[in-house]
Amino acid sequence: MITLNALEKSFGQNHVLRGVTLQVPKGSSMVIIGGSGTGKSVLLKCILGLVTPDRGTITVAGQDILHAKGPKARSAFLDRFGMLFQGGALFDSLPVWHNVAFRLLRGAQAMPAQKARALAVEKLRRVGLGPDVADRFPAELSGGMQKRVGLARAIATDPEIIFFDEPTAGLDPIMSGVINSLIREIVVEMGATAMTITHDMTSVRAIADDVAMLHDGTIKWCGPVAQIDHSGDAYLDQFIHGRATGPIAAIR
Amino acid sequence: MTLISSVLGTIGAAVLGALAAVGRVVIFALNTVSHLLRPPFYWREFLAALVQIGWLSLPVVGLTALFTGGALALQIYAGGSRFNAEAVVPSIVAIGMVRELGPVLGGLMVAARVASSIAAEIGTMKVTEQIDALVTLSTDPIKYLTLPRVLAATVSVPLLVAVGDAIGIMGGYMVGTTRLGFNPAVYLQNTADFLETWDVVSGMIKGAAFGFIVALMGCYHGMQSGRGAQGVGAATKSAVVAASVLILAANYLLTEVFFAA
Repeated sequence: MITLNALEKSFGQNHVLRGVTLQVPKGSSMVIIGGSGTGKSVLLKCILGLVTPDRGTITVAGQDILHAKGPKARSAFLDRFGMLFQGGALFDSLPVWHNVAFRLLRGAQAMPAQKARALAVEKLRRVGLGPDVADRFPAELSGGMQKRVGLARAIATDPEIIFFDEPTAGLDPIMSGVINSLIREIVVEMGATAMTITHDMTSVRAIADDVAMLHDGTIKWCGPVAQIDHSGDAYLDQFIHGRATGPIAAIR
Repeated sequence: MTLISSVLGTIGAAVLGALAAVGRVVIFALNTVSHLLRPPFYWREFLAALVQIGWLSLPVVGLTALFTGGALALQIYAGGSRFNAEAVVPSIVAIGMVRELGPVLGGLMVAARVASSIAAEIGTMKVTEQIDALVTLSTDPIKYLTLPRVLAATVSVPLLVAVGDAIGIMGGYMVGTTRLGFNPAVYLQNTADFLETWDVVSGMIKGAAFGFIVALMGCYHGMQSGRGAQGVGAATKSAVVAASVLILAANYLLTEVFFAA
């Protein structure tokens, strides 16, 4: 279980997170929604240690991750995670298979290149890409294929926890549907705990077990995905129906 | 009084800002060097950086040295002829190239070619979240990106300088023997007689320092890159400017240490 308690983060005078408290049960898929600039990405980066929160606590399976000392402890913590970045964040200088197998080739449990390549090809197959893609470079792939490679990299080591940052951003509706289905299938198949941030409501309905809405630095509403249409929460209603009027101020 | 405090405040803020920047660079350098003692070491990235920084810089450094050696011979001949000292051309070309022009011009050319390329590459990696991706894949970006490049530049630039020295002396020899009427054998003999081992070694030590500066500035400014194309462009410019100025400053300090009476 991932537990965030009273998490705060400011960048200068910009108070992005103002006390976020959230629980993500083990094996469930939590989708965090909210407008642009509400701190969804900062929240994920706080959990991964890419951004240090000003106040609050983060525990993963009961372990306080903000006070994990030393590179070995940090590495052991990160080994439990997989992450699909918004833009893919594939390494341009490496072929696709090397991107997917990046973690498999490093660290204490590093495996031989040939074995890592075979595993990378298997993960690529799982996300619907053929072995011919393995030796191409990221720049030679379409946006949808890059997302799939990013997904293959995120699941390469069968992590316990997977984060998805705007998994369908920049994709056409059909490719978005494919990525959403893949994410759902993989998360269920692996039994992983998933956290997704998005403002694509189709993704929310396809991926989520639970939904949390982040607004003004706090969680405004949290509950099962089946309840989002009858939540009675004015913020959530405005967001999921895309209304210009309501409690969320729209800057024109 | 208000004007004076405002001016003093501005100066103070600028000084504090500059000191903070120096502090950040020093911490970055110490952090980079400390990774030498902590495994793993990424040999593949190191060898790729050796090729990129060392081997592929050879043409630009070689051509720079060739033309500089030739121009130096012409200048020394013209200057020397004012007091009947034309015969010093071979020795002054050799000493000038090996002690000063080889390392400094080689370092500046590598700064233009390599610091810019490293800063742009790492800056782009930062804005496209590739650096964050490295961290989430349990890989330290300093260990994976910075150390191999800094080490490769520190090792390869002295060798580039040595090759550049030889090509520069050859440029002087070609101009001296074809345009200025020097006897080829005498020119080479004079070059060999007046050049000392320390001249060559001191130039190579300078080259190592300049290589370290170039790669460090490229990596530091790349890692500090702001968002978007403008951020990467600014990082690239800062890397080249900082590397060039630091090379010239380090050259003066090293020359003081090596050759001051």
